[in-house]
Amino acid sequence: MPIASTELFSALADPTRRAIFERLARDGEQTVGVLTGQAGVSQPAVSKHLAVLKLAGLVLDRRDGRQTHYSAQPQGLTPLLDWISLYGAFWRDRFDRLETLLNRMDQ
Amino acid sequence: MTDAGTATHSIVIERVMPHPPERIWRALTQGPLIEAWLMKNDFQPVVGHRFNLRSTPMPHWNGVVDCEVLVVEPNARLSYRWNASGEEAATGIKTIVTWTLTPANSGTLVRMEQSGFRPEHAGNYQGAKYGWQKYFAGLEQVAAGVP
Repeated sequence: MPIASTELFSALADPTRRAIFERLARDGEQTVGVLTGQAGVSQPAVSKHLAVLKLAGLVLDRRDGRQTHYSAQPQGLTPLLDWISLYGAFWRDRFDRLETLLNRMDQ
Repeated sequence: MTDAGTATHSIVIERVMPHPPERIWRALTQGPLIEAWLMKNDFQPVVGHRFNLRSTPMPHWNGVVDCEVLVVEPNARLSYRWNASGEEAATGIKTIVTWTLTPANSGTLVRMEQSGFRPEHAGNYQGAKYGWQKYFAGLEQVAAGVP
């Protein structure tokens, strides 16, 4: 059964990155400066976290003059949710096959 | 679904099947019958028996599941480990599949629980485990909010 991308899991493994992503998902688009105010780490560190989140497909950046605005891409989470739900789909399919077999078996 | 107190997830499938538990038990525990609905196997209904389930390899999955029988209660309960195999063993899933058969009005309630899913098993994440349970609860809400 397929696994979700390593980039996605690595990106979400870090609590600071999770907090940044959750904040963007909750509050909408933010600049690095505003995010740094809440993150409790330096601006270069926040920028680095944002780059990792971007690589994982979890955030999008938008240049506006000298500012870069970041926004959450919640659909980037889909592979992760799919990974669990894939097994659900797998088992429902196998339940169907099991029933087909039971109907064929001797009484 | 989330287990209280741990950062693991379970899948539960339940279905009432119009067959007696004894027949369903045979389908769950006899190799050729298991192959007919699940996968090729060398299963034996003996606690401690190690076996493999084999399917067609596909991208990101070698098609093999490493299993070990944990519980055999004829016509009632069957449990086995369901782990990633080979090169994927170190970072892949380590889960337990438990089948429970309960007589119901029109047949048997068949319950399958696969427990022990940890998100980090799907990647090479080895870091702190805290927060995943709460995080996952939030994730589904976030994803549900996607326009």
